[in-house]
Amino acid sequence: MGSKLIIILVIIFGVLAIAQLVRVNELTAKATKRKEEEIPESENKFNANMMLAFMISLYAGFIWLMLKYGHVGLGPAASVHGQEIDWLFNLNWIIVIAVFFLTNSLLFIFAWKYSRKPGVKAYYYAHDNKLEMVWTVIPAAVLSVIIILGLRTWNETTARAGAEYEDIEIFAYQFAWTARYSGMNNELGKFDYKLTTAENPYAIMTKANIDRSLSLMKVGEPGQSGIKMIEDKLNDRSIMLSSKERKALEVDLGRKERMSRMLSAMSITYADSLDEFANDDVILEDSLVLLKGQKYNLSFRSKDVIHSAYFPQFRMQMNTVPGMLTYFKFQPIYTTDEMKRMMDNSEFEYALLCNKICGGSHYRMKMSVKVLGPKEYLEWQKTKSTYDGTPWIEGDESKLLEHYESIANRIEEN
Amino acid sequence: MAAAAQEAIHEHDHHEESFVSKYIFSYDHKMIGKQFLLAAIFMGVVGMMLSVFFRIQLAWPGESSDLLNMFLGDRWAPEGILNQDMYLGLVTIHGTIMVFFVLTGGLSGTFSNVLIPLQIGARDMASGFINMMSFWLFCISSIIMLASLFVESGPAMSGWTVYPPLSALPQAVSGSGLGMTLWLISLTIFIASSLIGSLNYIATIVNLRTKGLKMTRMPLTIWAFLITAIVGVLSFPVLLSAALLLFMDRVMGTSFFLSDIIVGGEMLDNVGGSPILYQHLFWFLGHPEVYIVLLPALGISSEVISTNSRKPIFGYRAMIGSLLAIGFLSFIVWAHHMFVSGMDPFLGSVFVFTTLLIAIPSAVKVFNYLTTLWKGSIVFTPAMLFAIGLVSTFISGGVTGIILADSALDIQVHDTYFVVAHFHVVMGLSAIFGMFAGVYHWFPKMYGKMMNNRLGYAHFWTTIVSGYGVFLPMHFVGLGGTPRRYYDNSIFDTFNPSAGEMVLDLNIIITVFAIIGAFGQVFFFFNFFYSIFRGPKAPLNPWRSNTLEWTTPTILPGHGNWPGALPEVHRWPYDYSKPGAEEDFIPQTVPLQPGEEEH
Repeated sequence: MGSKLIIILVIIFGVLAIAQLVRVNELTAKATKRKEEEIPESENKFNANMMLAFMISLYAGFIWLMLKYGHVGLGPAASVHGQEIDWLFNLNWIIVIAVFFLTNSLLFIFAWKYSRKPGVKAYYYAHDNKLEMVWTVIPAAVLSVIIILGLRTWNETTARAGAEYEDIEIFAYQFAWTARYSGMNNELGKFDYKLTTAENPYAIMTKANIDRSLSLMKVGEPGQSGIKMIEDKLNDRSIMLSSKERKALEVDLGRKERMSRMLSAMSITYADSLDEFANDDVILEDSLVLLKGQKYNLSFRSKDVIHSAYFPQFRMQMNTVPGMLTYFKFQPIYTTDEMKRMMDNSEFEYALLCNKICGGSHYRMKMSVKVLGPKEYLEWQKTKSTYDGTPWIEGDESKLLEHYESIANRIEEN
Repeated sequence: MAAAAQEAIHEHDHHEESFVSKYIFSYDHKMIGKQFLLAAIFMGVVGMMLSVFFRIQLAWPGESSDLLNMFLGDRWAPEGILNQDMYLGLVTIHGTIMVFFVLTGGLSGTFSNVLIPLQIGARDMASGFINMMSFWLFCISSIIMLASLFVESGPAMSGWTVYPPLSALPQAVSGSGLGMTLWLISLTIFIASSLIGSLNYIATIVNLRTKGLKMTRMPLTIWAFLITAIVGVLSFPVLLSAALLLFMDRVMGTSFFLSDIIVGGEMLDNVGGSPILYQHLFWFLGHPEVYIVLLPALGISSEVISTNSRKPIFGYRAMIGSLLAIGFLSFIVWAHHMFVSGMDPFLGSVFVFTTLLIAIPSAVKVFNYLTTLWKGSIVFTPAMLFAIGLVSTFISGGVTGIILADSALDIQVHDTYFVVAHFHVVMGLSAIFGMFAGVYHWFPKMYGKMMNNRLGYAHFWTTIVSGYGVFLPMHFVGLGGTPRRYYDNSIFDTFNPSAGEMVLDLNIIITVFAIIGAFGQVFFFFNFFYSIFRGPKAPLNPWRSNTLEWTTPTILPGHGNWPGALPEVHRWPYDYSKPGAEEDFIPQTVPLQPGEEEH
């Protein structure tokens, strides 16, 4: 209550103070016969000087921000394309800052220098085709360089991923992320949102999952009635149903019948051999773990609304759109430990953040990301099992380690 | 011819008007302009207060604030701590109000109405009735939008762009219930208002110019309003279709924008729609909208800078050409808002090209302003200060656009505070500066009184200092990788505490400047309302300006604009300090001297 009173008092006194100032101003204006439409020399001079003062403080503020905060935050780019982007960003940033300083300086200095002076008439200068050509052509030339360099990087970054890329699927939903690795065969299992159930939250398509969903529709389970149960209820003359209840049941029945027809069609067309793609997938709910130097092709899908997978340190971002797959490929080049050292920050970790408004807890939707060296990555892999419950890594480990090391070493050499 | 016919009609028009027909359901363009201005000022205060509320949350997250509790109550700020859903509601309604109700309705509505007939020498708009309808539709839509703030489940909460599926599903966020329905209804009415208003502006400018006022003698304000109106007429209907389709998805079970969705454990029936389609439709208006907001401000600043530099605007034809080029290009750049939406990257690269092209006419405009100031004899009226401020923010906000337009660079700053800072500088600050410049400059014409200059200076300097104070640091928040529309940034503590610290430090600076800026507007409100009633009487042509509006003494509401015959135009409006002339300005109504070249 106290602070409310203070706020109100401050506002009231502020208005009163201004009113008094204006009153004083008016009286002096009357006494000196000053008119509002005629700006006195002293005021004009004051504003001219303020232009210069403002310019200097604007630049001082900008430089202070650059020095203090210009290098905090993101840290070095931790992916191959990210380094390209950073190079381009710096180039553009230099151009932008140069234009910012140049044009703002001209503006404020002209405003200061050419303020009205007694006896000096303005110079009548309506147009000059040559001059106008100059400032059409020069920006056009600079922009073409920016466009060409920008599109080169963009095309490389968004080009289709080749066969050497490992597929990982990132699944987004309010308000968390799940990662699905494609396993040893590097082929993600199929999915269909209609297969989503409590046991199959990621809607992965296998023969067993299709059958389970189908039986859920037809027979149902405790707490969720299937087609059979609803039909029985509707036909049972011993139960009294209000017209509202009957309508609700009929709608539910219609939906379940439609769904069951679609699931039946899916079941018929589904080739059982596709199961093997899903069975060796590895699902991670807590964090995304990556191998240094491995090329990854991420595919994104969403369960509910649009999210955006934002990996600031990898300079990577892609929206996740319900009903549509999106992709981004990249190659991480520093392990988490290396980044900690480079940024001189022992608490640093990579992160995947949501960067598209998606509901109340949008600001908490994060997955932690780790990049490991060959040995640690293999050790970690050994603790994980696949969708059908078998260990991720089978057979000769030393060969795999050799492969991982060659991948990581390629980064070191570059 | 048309002007003569109009004159005949107005001969019969000199009857006593009742209070209602004079001040409320007025057909008079000047009164309608003032109605737009007052409504926009009111909406502006609301929009600004909403922003102060969420800025308080960002600077001091989780700390109790009596101010929040006082305004938002226990429902949305229990114990003075802002509710996280309402945070999104505040952000959404702040954006909607500022973009549509203040900068579109307020800027274009006010100055197109006040200035078009006066500067082209017409008795009124082509249709006074449509003009009145335009304001009252605007008013109704404002009321509905404000009402949505008081809905139990909250106002729309999916950002001012209201992307589906979030905006279509009340299960996903509570604001997508009744609040969102009201948002769509309000916007639909707003679009109707804007459309009929724009058609009226176009018809008036094309048909009712006075004798001698060739297109190449029109003030740049009129050019800007004309192009703005054309852009609005061509783009707003597309937003209308997006709003209607979204409305149908929400209430009629269609699937234009929805597909394969499971929300709150419920599997939806919608199949085959595309959320991306909505984004294309939205931004097909959304980007031209930026220029609908900006072009009138640029027109006003051209007029104000030329008058107060006592020099002709440099490169009049190039200024018109660049307005036309910006207007045209604004239609083929929309998808630069969608580089990471999942759209085909090749399509993205086309939009990189077209978007960066806009920098060329923009650069031409900036250099022409600079050359207009060069060797001028500058008079720093409050209007002139704001016009110069506009050029500065147009530059500072424009240059960061070069980075955002470059799709490869957009990847890392997309949807971060860098974007927020960019568009607030280039379209928020610039457009609002243009609006203030217009108010200070034409206040004598609108109310017949003078505003106080010293309060005007105080207003300008606090506004520009706090404007840059808010948005300059915000660029660095964005460059640090901070996503926008986060209720708080505590997430940084879990992976990069030093970045989190920086963000919090900067957020405090930003919020302090935002509060200073908000209080700075008191100078304006006071000056504005005080001067309406107590300001000194304005002379006929206080700024010694050339355009037609200063040739008429008509300042009180009343039809006809000129007491006698309509003025005739003999020259362009920028003959300031012309060699050979006695005064440093030659009004458009003065015939060319024998042997005098036009320009």
